[in-house]
Parts: sequence; structure tokens; C-alpha cells
Amino acid sequence: MQHRALALFAATALTVSLTACTSEGGGTADGGLEGEGTGDDCTIGSPVPVGAALSLTGAAGSYGESQQKGLELALEQLNAKGGVEYELTVEDDQTDPRQGIAVFEQLTADDGASVIIGPTLSTGAFQAQPIAQEEGVPVLAISNTVDGITAQGDYIFRDSLTESQVIPQTVAAATAEYGLEKVVLMYANDDALAEAGGEVFTGALDAEGIEVADTLAFSVADTDFRALLTEAKAAEPDALVVSSLIEAAIPLVTQARELGLDVPIIGGNGFNNPKLMADAGDAAEGVVVGAAWNSGSDTPENTAFLADFEEMHGTRPDQFAAQAYTGLMLIDTAVRASCSGERDAIKEGLAGIEGVPTVLGELTINDERDAEHEAVVQVVDGGEFAVLD
Amino acid sequence: MQQLLNGLFIGSIYALFAVGFALVFGILDRLNLAHPAVFAASAFIGIELVTVGGLPFWAALPAVAVVGALLGLIVERVAFRPLKGRADAHFAGLISSIAVAGMLIALLQWRYGAETRRFPADTFPATRFDVLGAQVTLLQVVIVAVCVTLVVGLTWLVARSRLGRGMRAVAENPTAARVLGVDVDRVTATTFAISAALGAVAGALFAMNVNSAQLGMGSAIELKGLAVIVVGGMGSLPGALVGGLLLGVAEVFAVQYLGSAWRDLIAFALLFGILLLRPQGLFGGRRARQV
Repeated sequence: MQHRALALFAATALTVSLTACTSEGGGTADGGLEGEGTGDDCTIGSPVPVGAALSLTGAAGSYGESQQKGLELALEQLNAKGGVEYELTVEDDQTDPRQGIAVFEQLTADDGASVIIGPTLSTGAFQAQPIAQEEGVPVLAISNTVDGITAQGDYIFRDSLTESQVIPQTVAAATAEYGLEKVVLMYANDDALAEAGGEVFTGALDAEGIEVADTLAFSVADTDFRALLTEAKAAEPDALVVSSLIEAAIPLVTQARELGLDVPIIGGNGFNNPKLMADAGDAAEGVVVGAAWNSGSDTPENTAFLADFEEMHGTRPDQFAAQAYTGLMLIDTAVRASCSGERDAIKEGLAGIEGVPTVLGELTINDERDAEHEAVVQVVDGGEFAVLD
Repeated sequence: MQQLLNGLFIGSIYALFAVGFALVFGILDRLNLAHPAVFAASAFIGIELVTVGGLPFWAALPAVAVVGALLGLIVERVAFRPLKGRADAHFAGLISSIAVAGMLIALLQWRYGAETRRFPADTFPATRFDVLGAQVTLLQVVIVAVCVTLVVGLTWLVARSRLGRGMRAVAENPTAARVLGVDVDRVTATTFAISAALGAVAGALFAMNVNSAQLGMGSAIELKGLAVIVVGGMGSLPGALVGGLLLGVAEVFAVQYLGSAWRDLIAFALLFGILLLRPQGLFGGRRARQV
């Protein structure tokens, strides 16, 4: 009898606390986020709380660290500008999707973040974003490239380009540069990302009217590609088109060069990693990869960003830093659009972003809440990524 | 032609790995399942010797063999010797060697993390030859030379040297060997050390050949090694060499004509076919030792 009473009490307590949670979800901290004026003259009384869920430790730790530096620079510049002050809370999801969920719960409830930046990895994003969507907190993804991230709900945005946006531009640029007519396509058929990339490549090659002499599938766990590459070589392609993760990409590239396959190798986003040059050495020369940020761009935004970043952190920024920096800048644009730091106002503001000059180029958020801007096609030259033109 | 060479290169590594397996099995009648873990461990250690220790590749290889031999001694001492008096020593040793393998892999993960590691890009000169229209790198030539030399050397060692006589005596009958004055424990330990040293060299060469070393690389080659020694005839050293080369070539042609997904099927189809047609293996004599 006693047990039953206890259970009843516990159930009641639980219900009460649940109700408390949901009733809290609607607005932000104190409602003092409505400002006066518009655009650059906008003034908001209290600081706008911005949450960031980044992978600062664990496997994606190096990416998250870079993103944090980009955010810190943007924060300093925005707060120095005046009118609107931002309060940034960075939380570590430890590259663990479960931890990511906990971080999102904390940011949406206790901290009352007006907008959340992150998470670093797409896997974590799929798990955590529904929480923000349910609570009505806008999310701006800054590094996810998988299709379907923003399809999770109308509060989810991103400023990073997807594979299906970058690959067609990569193929077009490589075709123009090397006059490609016949290629061999290789892709890992047991990994979702690599296989999807392979399909996007197939479509892009078809659109450019390039003949695919052979399509060869392999496994992400493979390390010996000599037999496949020998077959690819027999087709005498103008280039090798490869969709795989970096782990398989490195031995594949090395072995292709060993077999005397010296044609350009066009890779998907998996290849966009400095590890490629570090581990494959000279073999990486001539690898063509699409990317979202052109480090050598001479727009005023980018020139200033490069100088300021190096001054603040003493290192050169990478694409992750650039996209993170852009993320906070876009949030500022969204906030100033209606001069309000409220969640729904930011959501409307982000949806309305069109042709905004950023370090990534002129950026527009489309109807699918994905970013649209020009990608840059890079080629490995002298151990570094250089713009293909 | 190119595919045939591809097959021979990968096959010679399979052979070197399998010879280590076959040696322990043929002489001591024990299946050492820690062998694949030694294979993986030595790849990582070889990379560390080159990157951190600054050794050139030709010096790292003997060093890896020594480390492998030490690991072999540890495996023998920890997994096999305490159980040798038992009636079920064969199975008990098999199972305890699996445990040692698990421990080795866990230590590797603790030391090096779960990430793929590689030899630095300039460890070996990327010299390339043109042989009958096929591309061959200096590294591949070295791999085949090292593998064949080691296997032939080992065969000679077992057949001719004093140690080899001891080994064969132990293989025939440990008790009788002991009565005749052979130090059985020492011969056993030496056999394990040589076996593991060969596996270690195979691991380092494999990592060099495919430009990557992963924690799971041992288990990937383990079943192939077993297939090779069954195909070659359990315990037969020349059989392991031929079996390894055969498997390598068969795999490469499977990839060419059937697709990459069929690669592993070939190892086991080969195994199955040989077991049906010639149960004692290609080079296995019908032995009536276990009476």
C-alpha cells in the first residue's frame, strides 16, 4: 500500500514537472529583447543569448575548436559595433550525439537561448535538432553537409553548403580545366555519405555530358585498391572521380599514383581535409576537391576576416572557422532585420537573408532554409589547396 | 599482367602471415589466435618507430621483427605455457590466445586511439619500374623479396639446422624429444618467437603496402591466414607460401571479374573447394601422428 502511494506521488510530481517544462518553452528570458530602430541603428536593451553546441573534445574536437575561434572573433566584432550585445554560451557535446541532446535540452530550457549554433557533426544534428524544433528555438548549422538536415523543421537553417551543391560545381570546373570526356567513377557502396556522393557525381557527370567508362564500387573498410585501380586504368580515363571518406581516400590516391594513374582525381567532401596532403604526400598532387570557403578570396569581408583572425588567434583560419564566423554574422543580420532578439523574429530574419556579403561570398538562405553561395574548386598543388581557375 | 602482379604482392604478405600460423601449428599442434593481434600491433609499432624514433624503413623492419619476437614470447608464456600440462591444452590454448589477442588490441587502442595510422609519405622512395607493361614499385619488389627470403630461410632452418631438428623432434613427440635431451620448453618458446616475428614483419609490410594501419587489420587477415594454411596443408611451410600467393591472385581476379564485394567470398570458396577435393591440403601429407 505504501509503495503504491509513493508511486502515485512520484507520477504526480513527474507530471507537474513536465507541465512546468512545456509551459516555459514559448518565449525567452525576460521579454526585453524587443529593440528600437532598424538595421544598423537597432538598439536592444538586454543582451541576446546565443547558444553554441560544438564538439570541442572527442573525434571531431579539432573542428569544434576551430569553430569556437571563429565564433569568438565574430562575437568580439559584433559587441564592439554596439547597439545589440550578444551573450555567447559554448557547450561541448564531446562528439557524442547523446551528449548533444543533453546540450540542446540545456540550451533551450535553462539558458533560454534565442538561437542555437551547431552541432558540429551531421550525425549529432539529426539527433539534437528535433528538440530545438519542438521548443521553437531557431538553429543555424554551420558545418553540416548531409542532405535533409534542414528538412527536420522550419526552425532549422544552415550556412554550410551540401554535397549536392558543391559537387556539380566541382565537376563543371574540372571539366572546363582539364577538358574531361571520359572518367571512371569509384565510390564506397556501404556508407551512406559516400554512396549519396556517388549518386550526386553520377548526376553531375551526366549533366556535363561526360562519359562514365566504368563504375567501380568498394567498401569503406577496403585498404587495397590495386585491383580496382588497374581496372580503372585499363579504361584510360581523363580523370578518376571518387566518393569516399578520408580513411579510404588516402590509400586509394597513393596506390593510384603507384600504378601510374597520373590523371586528376576528383573527390567529394570527404577529400576536403588537410590530412590528405599530410598522409598521401606527393600522391595527393592533382586531387580536385570542392569546398565552401575560398581562403584566397579577395573580397573586403574575407581580407578583413583573415587579418583579424590571425591577429586574435595567431593561426590561419580554416573553413570551419569561416563558416562559424559567418554563422554569427548572419544571426546579427537576422536580429537587426526586425530589431528583435526573440526566437521567432530571428527565425523570420534568417529566412529572409538574401544576397548578404559574407566571407563565404554573397549568401542567400533559400526556401529549404539551406545556404546558397558560390563554392570554390580547389586543386592540390605543391602540398596545399589552391584555387582551380 | 598488372593484376597478376597485384595478386602476387598481396599474396606474398598473406603467405608470410600464414607461415607464422603454420609454423606453430605444424610443430606444436597449437593454433595461436593471438597471431593476428601481433600482426596489427607490429604495424602500429613500426609506424611509431619511423615517425617518432626516426628510423629509416630498412632499419625499422628488423626492429619490428624483434618486437614481434618478444610479443611471441609473451604470448607463449601467458597464453600457452600455463596450460600445457592439461589434457585439453589444445583448446584451452586456443581460447586463452584469443584473450591475449583482445588484450593486445585493447592496449593498442589505449596507446594509439581508434584512428587509422600511416607511415609518413616519404618513408620509402616511390621508385617505379615498368615490367612488361605493368607498373611495379620498388616497395612491392622489396615486399616480395623479403617475404620469399623469410619463408625459404625458415624452411631451410626447420629442415637443416640443429634448432630445426629440435623442432621436428618436438613435433613428432614432445616426451620422446625430452628424453633424448631436447629442451622442449626452449624449442617451444623459440618457435613462438620466430612465428610472431614473421607475423610482425608481415604486419609492417602490409601497413606500408596499403598505406594504412587499423586496429581491425588483424581480424581481416586472420580468416585469410587460416584459409591459406588449410589450403596449403596444415603445418606445411611451402604449402603456406603457395597457398598465400594463390589466394592473393584469386582475390585480385575476383575483384576484376566479379566486383570488390566478392573478394572475401573467394578465400572461402577456395577453402571449401580444396577441402572437398583434397582434404589434406595441397602439400599436406597424410599423417597418422595423432594416434
